[in-house]
Amino acid sequence: MMKHSTIAASAILALALTAPVSSARAAETVDFNTQIKPILEFNCVRCHGAPGGKEKPKGGLSLDSKADAFKGGEDGVVIVPGDPAQSPLYTSTVLPKSDDKFMPPKGDPLTKEQTELLKAWIQQGANWPEGVTLVARKAEAKDGGDDAATLAEIYAKILAAGNPASAAEMKAYKETIPGTQVTFGMAPIPAGTFEMGSPKSEPKRKPDEGPQHKVAISPFWMGECEVTWNEFELFMYPEPKKPGEAREAADAVTHPTRPYVEMSFGMGKDGFPAISMTQHAANTYCKWLSAKTGHFYRLPTEAEWEYACRAGTTTAYSFGNDVSKLGEYAWYSDNSDGKYQKVGQKKPNPWGLYDMHGNVAEWTLDQYVPDGYAKFAADGATDPWEKATKPYPHSVRGGSWQDDPDMLRSAARRGSDRSWKMQDPQLPKSIWYHTDAQFLGFRIIRPLKVPSPEELSKYWTSGVEKE
Amino acid sequence: MNTPNESKTESQINRRDFLKTTSAVVAGSSLLSYAAIARGAHIATDDTLKLALIGCGGRGSGAADQALTADQNVKLIAMADTSAEHLKKSLENLTKEHPKQVEVPEDHQFVGFDAYQKAISLADVVILATPPGFRPGHFEAAVNAGKNIFMEKPVAVDGPGVRRVLAAAKIAKQKNLKVAVGLQRRHQEPYLETMKRLHDGAIGDIVAMRCYWNGSRPWIHPRKSGMSEMEFQMDNWYYFTWLCGDHIVEQHIHNLDVINWMKQGYPVRASGMGGCQSARNSDCGEIFDHHAVEFEYADGSRCSSQCRHIKGCWDSVSEHAVGTKGTVDTADGRDFVIKGSHAWKYKGKQTMSPWQAEHYPFFDAIRNNKDYNEAERGALSTMTAILGRMATYSGRIIEFDKALNSELVLAPDTISWDAKPKPQCGSDGLYPMPIPGDPEWLKHIV
Repeated sequence: MMKHSTIAASAILALALTAPVSSARAAETVDFNTQIKPILEFNCVRCHGAPGGKEKPKGGLSLDSKADAFKGGEDGVVIVPGDPAQSPLYTSTVLPKSDDKFMPPKGDPLTKEQTELLKAWIQQGANWPEGVTLVARKAEAKDGGDDAATLAEIYAKILAAGNPASAAEMKAYKETIPGTQVTFGMAPIPAGTFEMGSPKSEPKRKPDEGPQHKVAISPFWMGECEVTWNEFELFMYPEPKKPGEAREAADAVTHPTRPYVEMSFGMGKDGFPAISMTQHAANTYCKWLSAKTGHFYRLPTEAEWEYACRAGTTTAYSFGNDVSKLGEYAWYSDNSDGKYQKVGQKKPNPWGLYDMHGNVAEWTLDQYVPDGYAKFAADGATDPWEKATKPYPHSVRGGSWQDDPDMLRSAARRGSDRSWKMQDPQLPKSIWYHTDAQFLGFRIIRPLKVPSPEELSKYWTSGVEKE
Repeated sequence: MNTPNESKTESQINRRDFLKTTSAVVAGSSLLSYAAIARGAHIATDDTLKLALIGCGGRGSGAADQALTADQNVKLIAMADTSAEHLKKSLENLTKEHPKQVEVPEDHQFVGFDAYQKAISLADVVILATPPGFRPGHFEAAVNAGKNIFMEKPVAVDGPGVRRVLAAAKIAKQKNLKVAVGLQRRHQEPYLETMKRLHDGAIGDIVAMRCYWNGSRPWIHPRKSGMSEMEFQMDNWYYFTWLCGDHIVEQHIHNLDVINWMKQGYPVRASGMGGCQSARNSDCGEIFDHHAVEFEYADGSRCSSQCRHIKGCWDSVSEHAVGTKGTVDTADGRDFVIKGSHAWKYKGKQTMSPWQAEHYPFFDAIRNNKDYNEAERGALSTMTAILGRMATYSGRIIEFDKALNSELVLAPDTISWDAKPKPQCGSDGLYPMPIPGDPEWLKHIV
């Protein structure tokens, strides 16, 4: 976890350790870049900005450049250098909160210190250095602090984008993440039923793969490849907004803290699978991607994963039982050269999915329950999802570049473990990274049927990451 | 487990001997035996060691967690930070992990720039984990107070700071204090196994070295409205050289320390180049986002080093060397491979994080009065990284001795929330950054 410190705490400290702050500072020359710019960027520019965007700024007033700010808005000039009393940029912030013209109208009012700084800056001539432009900024969101409004916004976007009316219309498609050149391919997975788990006769089969039971699955699309760093880093490292660039729903989704260590461990990034993320991080990626694209993306359930991996087959692997052919389809301990490989280089399975066996193991939504299949032995199940009640273990599928062939079998299961964070030297440990799980990635699915906003939220928050 | 002859004085043990002895001591013992000793001590004695944590961020809290895990008879009794909020959060998390070993009443929770002194005075063992710029002063205070010390790397950010740590390290030895430095690769099994072989001549004489910490910027804490300059720089300390040392010092020190360990020595000079190409904004302060340095060692061999904070580039955190009889590669902690006539590959499973492992020999030394002082090598590896920064900032060849004896102090003269740090944001919204080759800049670099 990164360190967070709030303005409030710093201010308390400053008060405790020094002379009263406001009087001491007011006498000094106020600096635009370090003292005024943050006040405007965090409190004003979101509404009073974006002249290039679709929406015009509130009240016709834009504060994102010197020229626009001094030009004023529909109600006239807002900054009169040398005269704070005649400058609404200051006076609107010290009105009673009930006043219609009180600024900012939403969120916390400015502190006394901030209004005094604005006043002093205008008093001292409102020096705005040439060429300095402002960008709307938001205080760092708390983990999981996304509000209901964001969810509603994402849901509305998904509804607006629409889905095919029936499974028959589902086609493979390529999606470009908006605002980037990054694309990923999605393959249609037809509805159907299959035998989940493995027969007792399967070599190297483990007890958690049984009993075999019938499972019915609704249609969805699945990522043809594992999510790569090209995609995942867009989420890890969001680009700062450019002046005038409009806010979008995806901005409100929490982003991972920046990792201290280098997360590819020298294995390569461009075209390589993203690794070492927690299930919470993978889920939040899906939420972010849904907000970006307007398509509902989530992790597969364990049943959906195995159904797609088998692709109609009943053998140990989707190409049959002959382990000697594994190298044509998968990266694993014998051929991986001790690291993961670029996605999509081996032969796909019958439904056009690459690297379901091997390369990186993949997250599913389900809690890993070793004897969880028993309850479905008699009647089977439809779209089962073993909802998590605790952070560990979650079910991970497909095996990886580190594993021997038996762990790559369609039915093989593995549970996540707290020790996958062993190398995180901090306390609390990050909710975003499993630094030790360098074998672990994920792929996304998109169900044909879009569930209610409440259900969307359940899928995206199944991580149970508060430990 | 033998220790250096105690009758030898500091001057009789030259640096080479010192390093050989300490690495042999560490390499010769398995972590398991440390664990056994620590537990044995717990059963055999009733001595509770009182622990103080100075610097309650994520890493400091982690180190305290590891100390409390390593020795069940250690009790956290005092904490210090400049932020009451950090301290409270840390206390909450540590209490959750170790309910029986954490007892920090309100009057032992110290907040402010002088808080460290009060916390140190109450403890037997202190963890120093504030931003590195404060380390020399905190280390001196802890040594003067006669405490055993675990301090995070780097141990300083400038030449005068390293000299203060070296001087205090000598006093620590005279006082028989135990000092650990958080260069955890020194306690990581595959590194220990690799080094044992290198020092036994597995690849002959080491003639060429490379090392990297190429990755992306870690956390950035943007300026919040109402912050004073000092509050902003403290909150966003990674991006100010007087607090962090630049990422070549704060992160790349790990890889440079491994090379020093391989060579059993320190470079004599360095040249390099660097700059800031990708993140030129005030929230990214004054540090470079890339450095490439060539370090020259006393035998004429050179180490080519890169460290980078630019996403989308080739990333690696690793060390490599060529010897007269073979090569060695540490592939980002995944593989440790020696090639040549003594080919070898590390096949063990790392069952303990090196951050946990480094606390066992430290507490073993305290419990059983064994020589333990990592301060000198920690200081000299810190100096190696500072030398690299001086080389890239200046664009000149810088001698190790000149860098070490530099009079340039990066911190402001006084430390308070009203202090004026030397880096000041310019009218263009940016902090000035060193310009290699510019003679005016030189006095701010070396």
